[in-house]
Amino acid sequence: VENVRLLDRFSSRRAVVGTLYLTATHVIFVENGSETRKETWVLHSQISSIEKQATTATGCPLLIRCKNFQVIQLVIPQERDCHDVYISLIRLARPVKYEELYCFSFNPKLDKEEREQGWKLVDLNEEYNRMGVPNNYWQISDVNRDYGVCDSYPTEVYVPKSATAHIIVGSSKFRSRRRFPALSYYCKGNNASICRSSQPLSGFSARCLEDEQMLQAIRKANPGSDFIYVVDTRPKLNAMANRAAGKGYENEDNYSNIKFQFIGIENIHVMRNSLQKMLEVCELKSPSMSDFLWGLENSGWLKHIKAIMDAGIFIAKAVAEEGVSVLVHCSDGWDRTAQVCSVASLLLDPYYRTMKGLMVLIEKDWISFGHKFNHRYGNLDGDPKEISPVIDQFIECVWQLMEQFPCAFEFNERFLIHIQHHIYSCQFGNFLCNSQKERRELKIKERTYSLWAHLWKNRADYLNPLYRSGHSQTQGTLHPQIAPCNFLYKFWSGMYNRFEKGLHPRQSVTDYLMAVKEETQQLEEELEVLQERLANLQKSQPGDNKVKSKQQDRSKQIGLYTSNNSLANTPQEYSNDLKSFPSRSPSQGDEEDSALILTQDNLKSSDPDLSANSDQESGVEDLSCRSPSGGGCLPSEDSGKDSDEAVFLAG
Amino acid sequence: MEFAELIKTPRADNVALHRPFRAALEGTLCLTGHHLIFSSRRRDKAEELWLLHSDIDSVEKRFVGSLGTIIIKCKDLRIIQLDIPGMEECLNIASSIEALSTLDSVTLMYPFFYRPMFEVLEDGWSSFLLEQEFELLSSVTNEWRLSCVNKEFSVCPSYPPVVIVPKCVDDEALRKVALFRHGGRFPVLSYYHKKNGMAMLRSSQPLTGTNGRRCKEDEKLINATLRSGRRGFVIDTRPLGVAQQARAKGGGFEQEIHYPQWRRIHKYIERFNILQESFIKLVEACNDQSHNMDRWLSKLEASNWLTHIKELLTAACLAAQCIDREGASVLVHGSEGTDSTLQVTSLAQIILDPRCRTIRGFEALVVREWLQAGHPFQQRCAQSAYSNSKQKWEAPVFLLFLECVWQIHRQFPCSFEFNEHFLIMLFEHAYASQFGTFLGNNENERAKLKLPQKTMSLWSWVNRPEELSRFQNPLYEANSLVIWPSVAPQSLQLWEGVFLRWNRPSKFLEEAEEERIHIIKYNKELQAKVNALRRQLAEMETGERARE
Repeated sequence: VENVRLLDRFSSRRAVVGTLYLTATHVIFVENGSETRKETWVLHSQISSIEKQATTATGCPLLIRCKNFQVIQLVIPQERDCHDVYISLIRLARPVKYEELYCFSFNPKLDKEEREQGWKLVDLNEEYNRMGVPNNYWQISDVNRDYGVCDSYPTEVYVPKSATAHIIVGSSKFRSRRRFPALSYYCKGNNASICRSSQPLSGFSARCLEDEQMLQAIRKANPGSDFIYVVDTRPKLNAMANRAAGKGYENEDNYSNIKFQFIGIENIHVMRNSLQKMLEVCELKSPSMSDFLWGLENSGWLKHIKAIMDAGIFIAKAVAEEGVSVLVHCSDGWDRTAQVCSVASLLLDPYYRTMKGLMVLIEKDWISFGHKFNHRYGNLDGDPKEISPVIDQFIECVWQLMEQFPCAFEFNERFLIHIQHHIYSCQFGNFLCNSQKERRELKIKERTYSLWAHLWKNRADYLNPLYRSGHSQTQGTLHPQIAPCNFLYKFWSGMYNRFEKGLHPRQSVTDYLMAVKEETQQLEEELEVLQERLANLQKSQPGDNKVKSKQQDRSKQIGLYTSNNSLANTPQEYSNDLKSFPSRSPSQGDEEDSALILTQDNLKSSDPDLSANSDQESGVEDLSCRSPSGGGCLPSEDSGKDSDEAVFLAG
Repeated sequence: MEFAELIKTPRADNVALHRPFRAALEGTLCLTGHHLIFSSRRRDKAEELWLLHSDIDSVEKRFVGSLGTIIIKCKDLRIIQLDIPGMEECLNIASSIEALSTLDSVTLMYPFFYRPMFEVLEDGWSSFLLEQEFELLSSVTNEWRLSCVNKEFSVCPSYPPVVIVPKCVDDEALRKVALFRHGGRFPVLSYYHKKNGMAMLRSSQPLTGTNGRRCKEDEKLINATLRSGRRGFVIDTRPLGVAQQARAKGGGFEQEIHYPQWRRIHKYIERFNILQESFIKLVEACNDQSHNMDRWLSKLEASNWLTHIKELLTAACLAAQCIDREGASVLVHGSEGTDSTLQVTSLAQIILDPRCRTIRGFEALVVREWLQAGHPFQQRCAQSAYSNSKQKWEAPVFLLFLECVWQIHRQFPCSFEFNEHFLIMLFEHAYASQFGTFLGNNENERAKLKLPQKTMSLWSWVNRPEELSRFQNPLYEANSLVIWPSVAPQSLQLWEGVFLRWNRPSKFLEEAEEERIHIIKYNKELQAKVNALRRQLAEMETGERARE
């Protein structure tokens, strides 16, 4: 469709005209204009909602909201075209078969062997061995070999050695969806463990000997402690309501030596609404400070994040400080349980704070234990009530921790943002389906590529420059401050306003330090070469030493730093209340686009690879350096004044 | 008056000191004329706390049996608690602290008694003279002159003796203009934008009154800053309604008919007691010990502090935009021109002028736009957020400015030569200091108090290399561009370094800072090594070639 206008979200006056293309996998908008022809690519699987608004004189507006928090506003001249686009997108954005997803057609040009290697990068067997199991207390159980006991569990599950197949099967029959207690994390230092399950089918009075034995076995696997915590991550009211449906929670009287604890994390529906409300706040056009803070509070989002963190902190404390094992469950044990177990693991074990470690953690607590990726993130058309930002919340918890412990994580914010992006993109097979069973049936590993290999290949882009393996923050358990610490939880604009580059700090400390570190490394190498040459010269005197000094392209390095300044010259609308300050105009037009350049750049090749930005940014810098002092785009004196007039009349 | 009269109990033993995130300490408390001194007296690890009485904002006392507790809330927002055995001692100490922390006479303040332990390399009192500023200006333009019309502070009591004004306006005209402006604050040059020759002026409101009085000299003065055929902008920091009401009291604003070349923009910036209340509410919210997330956000919102930050930044950006983008001269004023006016003009310079983002340049900015420009520090900073005094002239105007600088700093972390600690240090010294720099309300008062002769300047201390090194930003790379901050709510954050400084553990953040410094330092060391080696090799090679 031609002559489509792409509107700027913050100012309807700034719009670019271009052509809209729909392909089997992407929506592509190509800007008219001979020089740049900027492109915006959006994967169909990223589209979360499409809204056709009332036709106006200029055309028919179409609003596309994406799951990675991008919002695209198009105006299509002809109502008919708009309707066609709308209908097509609705169909394309909601595939009904897995085979329609992008990962089955995505080909990064790797051979078969490389693909297989990619899938082997994260190996859970290796991970359990790293934790220290199997050992005297824990063993692999094959009861779920053919998914015979629980179809949402992996085939290989670690259970206490004293738990016989009879106990496991008996316990599984007493648990929702037969998700029996299984090992999530084992603490080598003190034998304490984190186990996970679903809620017991206790109703008002039912009990199950095998389930009681199972919990007993978990306690015995930690000889240092005479009780275990059972943590129900739901609000007490929700858990009690479940009893009426024959489900519920453990009765302390029936189980010997347990301490039962509720931690009120709300359910997926509350979380979905909360995110919705927060995104509405993010989308406000020039909100006041009060609008924003009030909206943020009203959404309850940060309160929910804190609830998840508090649960993780409680468990980490029980394991690390008290040496007590913990059994965690919610209702089905695949949402809140996954969040809480992985936050606790992250606090306990520095390994999970490395790049590889976080991949392993997601693979273990989320992918292998049957977190319903397909349902939660709406990869295939399904029940909208199943959709909920469960893993987004975990990813945010990691970010909140990174803010509090800046040296503790090997990866940077970009790493988290890209993982979030790909959970929704369906470009890689990792997050497909709802369980391991389904993925095996679909032969995901043979037919698609692994995200982890892709991220690993580009790991230089994801490094946190402040991370040093010997640093104290990279050792042992993290102890976030518990109370009073509300102010420690902050709004994550890097994620939820990811595509509004104008809102972010204009210079990135991370990128700057990475550039410095890179230069440092080159200097180290050069130093070595120079020292060698010096030694040679001193030794052999003669002049046949012609090793060329490794010339550093210093200017290039510097260029890398200063490109950070690029957005510096991009003023915002500072006088909204005056209805647009004077000729916001001419000189502005081209600069505001910088945000678009970046947007487009991120999505080109449907890979949110921010590292590619540096070129673009320096390009922008040229632009912005030029424009204030003159250049072809500046208005004539008169036109400038005209717009002044208009403005002040309005003001 | 002897301080001894106020100190009934100069010393108490077995006092316990409680500070947030620190283990309690047992030790001895001593009171002197200007300090509260606590010493742990432990052989292995003696720890001392010296607190200026003038840093104390409020004192509360409580008793449980004969154990008295004094809670001291400081102007830098810290709260400490002292447990003192003995009711009488405790009462005596509390009343002494109260008396000593609220002395009325300036000349009894610590700066008049302070004797520095360091050698003065450069006298800060003469580090930033307007004459030097003018010299720089004359090298790029000859449209301005230095006027000594206010030599005896006779034309404007709150202006410095020398000011920069357009060359074509003589002192006689300035005297007339002064009569037409509130408090005699006639328009003077605040900033000259070298890039396009545009100027930022500041003044107080014109005294037009209800009958629309005009002053030809005033019109001529500000018109002198315009290029022919170009317009200028008057940024009035009051809403139109307030400006109109001001006419009833003899004040007013520039009317179109008399200033046809000027466009007036009203950009409201909150002032005085509203700011002080906002400050108090914010600090209350930060000290709230409850666990409820909703309450934190709603209290933060209700304090309106960030709203004021956003408004102020927006106004400053607007002024900068007029100058840099519209190529227009700007006149900024509110009512008196000593508060919101200075906030706007100084922040606009941070945005426009790379020099103001250096340490030296920022110091010069504070001297020029705040101290010399007559911001009444003594009135505004007499008390901080914990005081009950509620005097209407108390307001965190300067703190708000510092926080805005911090907000810009956060968005451009590599463009400032100084770090956050530098800004925090200025906040502390504005409220309580051993130096005389922030005493008095204007240059006139400072001259009468003979501050330069009798006290030490803050700048004499700060600009010593060993102090400076603490305030340097390791990430700094000179950035000659204009820097436009974002003023969207998503881009503004609470200044934790000031408001949560005592309420959060800072260990991990400090470690991160050290790590950053370390990375840069190591890089520089390597660079130096490599360069030295290169030179050495080059010399050896040329030596060899010569031999051949």
